[in-house]
Amino acid sequence: MRHRKYPFIVGFLIVPVALYALLVIWPYLQTFGYSLTDWSGESTVMHFVGLRNYTTLFSDTVFRQALLHNALLLVFLPVVTILLALFFAFMLNVGGRGGTGGVQGVRGAAVYKVVFFFPQVLSIAILAVLFEAVYRSDGGGLLNGILQKLGLEDPQRPIEWLNDPNLVLWCILAILVWSGVGFYLVLFSAAMQSIPKEVYEAALLDGAGRVQTFFRVTLPLLWDSVQTAWVYLAIAAMDAFALVSTLTPGVAYGGGPDYHGEVMATYLMRNFLYFGKSGYACAMGVVILFLTLILSAVALRVTRRERIEF
Amino acid sequence: MGSTIEPNRLNRRDLIKRATALGIAAVPASGLLSACAASGGGGKQETGKKTATNPFGVVGDAGLEVIIFKGGFGDDYAKRFEKLYSKEFPGSKVTHTPTQNITGLLQPRLNGGNPPDVVDDSGNAQIKLDVLQKAGQLTDLTPLLDAPSIDDPSKKVRETLQPGTVELGTIGGTFCTLQYVYTVFGLWYSGKLFRQHGWSEPKTWADFMSLSGEIKKAGIAPFAHQGKYPYYINVAIMDLAIKNGGPDFMNRVDKLDETVWDEAPAKNAIEAIHQIVSNNYLLPGTNGMTHIEAQTAWNQYKAAFVPCGAWLENEQLKATPSDFEMTFMPMPSLPGDKMPFEAIRGGANEPYIVPAKAKNAAGGMEFMRVMLSKAGAIAFAQTANSLTVVKDALGPDVQLRPGTKSTVTALKAAGSNVFNPTYLYTASSLDVDMGNASSELMAGRIQPAEWLKRVKAATVKAKKNGS
Repeated sequence: MRHRKYPFIVGFLIVPVALYALLVIWPYLQTFGYSLTDWSGESTVMHFVGLRNYTTLFSDTVFRQALLHNALLLVFLPVVTILLALFFAFMLNVGGRGGTGGVQGVRGAAVYKVVFFFPQVLSIAILAVLFEAVYRSDGGGLLNGILQKLGLEDPQRPIEWLNDPNLVLWCILAILVWSGVGFYLVLFSAAMQSIPKEVYEAALLDGAGRVQTFFRVTLPLLWDSVQTAWVYLAIAAMDAFALVSTLTPGVAYGGGPDYHGEVMATYLMRNFLYFGKSGYACAMGVVILFLTLILSAVALRVTRRERIEF
Repeated sequence: MGSTIEPNRLNRRDLIKRATALGIAAVPASGLLSACAASGGGGKQETGKKTATNPFGVVGDAGLEVIIFKGGFGDDYAKRFEKLYSKEFPGSKVTHTPTQNITGLLQPRLNGGNPPDVVDDSGNAQIKLDVLQKAGQLTDLTPLLDAPSIDDPSKKVRETLQPGTVELGTIGGTFCTLQYVYTVFGLWYSGKLFRQHGWSEPKTWADFMSLSGEIKKAGIAPFAHQGKYPYYINVAIMDLAIKNGGPDFMNRVDKLDETVWDEAPAKNAIEAIHQIVSNNYLLPGTNGMTHIEAQTAWNQYKAAFVPCGAWLENEQLKATPSDFEMTFMPMPSLPGDKMPFEAIRGGANEPYIVPAKAKNAAGGMEFMRVMLSKAGAIAFAQTANSLTVVKDALGPDVQLRPGTKSTVTALKAAGSNVFNPTYLYTASSLDVDMGNASSELMAGRIQPAEWLKRVKAATVKAKKNGS
């Protein structure tokens, strides 16, 4: 039967690979082609300009600022999200110590798991509407309303969360973390449940506390999942388009105030559709693609460790 | 090249926002948008016999496909146009497609050579008109101008339009877009609130400031603006400057002459606006508000004035109390103004096009002729609460809402003192950069001198990129 193996495999692969090539690879190649032109976006007329878009791009201060913001998200989004998700997952699965010495989560763990997962169910459009109300710049907003009720804020001088150059990016980060933690919590929970209870019981018998159990047992055995989470979150940090374009101030796809909320994707879209510099925007798209690819490769490489079998 | 910025775009933010938010999945693959940009095709056009009542030779049973940007004006008005059209051609099947995503719907069909017959090319996802024109995608609408008017066959359609309509719709030497809606810009207040307190419309900036002091004492914020979208405050600043410096000043701004920012009109305007900030006359939080949040606070009598275009009434229809008496006024006069108090920014916008490769292009033009009849203009004024470029279509017998009525009065009072800067349409980066500077100024983070410096630099940049 061995001679029939390859037709069999090819038969399964040909459709997905063809679709992938047509819908992913080919557009990327086209984008690269357009990035070498001065294409305006709505006509078939364009001129070859070589690498001029790329040279312009690297001296573009707004793009560099956007890149810096993505880099900040890249550092903080995975770290904060993964730490919180790990902490909650640990508490929900093995953090409890009540009862007869078995390994279990804190009381009500099943309920918490569902509650934490809620944000993940919300579509990004709903998130935007929701957080527009949370961050609203007068007493009608959730945050400002609470601060004013507590007497911590002068109603005449409310904090304009998304219009404050020092706060806007962190406000966006907070939404990304809030909406992401639930998913990674469930991911880590599932992984934790596949760790045999005996391992924990052994650790308990040896007198390990919660902290020691977590760092010596749980984390090493979860490393595969953490690694995956890291890559996903890093890719999300390179994007952030929907939230920035809907929530931050500014003409055409937000990014304000005064570029303090700008990310690469919003700057790309403004150039693509608003300034009619589609060729230039395609160059940004190519740069973002390569940055994301490099990032994924690095993340997978750096976090590679020996797998522990159990 | 700059893009066409259509003022009404911003009042549709909430819709657009949802559209962009839903588009998240598409974003990492923005390049995909370009995927089929360079393909082509063709279709056959249908034309019949031209007669006096059918000047474009529409084939009676040919279908008509209409795509309408569903924004601040809604799309009910278009349904009324379609009814009027169907009355003329009962055999024709009219397809009505409302959308917020014009580019997404139209771009592949233009490139594929099977476009619809009439498009309201508007909103945030509008396809830029100069680009379409250069690509040969637009039908020359000159026959429409020379066709007889539906109301009075002895007149040409051209003679029934507000001045400036033909010029504004002409791109690259051909009249290929019909900018249908006539919008005026200024300040808005509640007639009821003002009567209650015995306040009267301030004609000069000094009056405006002293009235603002009184308003503040009454516990109301004098001024709200749509801070999240600095487009609105830009309009207020530029209108003050243009009224102060006259049409000559405006022409130099439009020609991207950066030296205007060193001169008195620009300085007077930005310092006047800055007085609102320095006297603390802003509605708390207004700098971070969306247009809907700010305008609704204004509807709730939390603020006295708000700057906006004439779409305001329709946009706030649900939020406005029935006895609010929405009233329009021109921007107050600065000392030494070259234009009178009555002068306002006004112009046609909301561009309608007939794609060059449309199957029923004749029907598309006939649809526009219906729009430009008095019945069409009245339908629009009543369903979308806005004026159109059809001259004198709204007699005193036409029922209008108070805000719309006050714009009719203001437009009449302005006479020939109506101006409409074009830098917005030709230098989009200047508008974006000016908006950033204005937001910073309104938030008290920069001073007028810095605003002037930034806008001057932005003008130099726009000139360098644009040519």
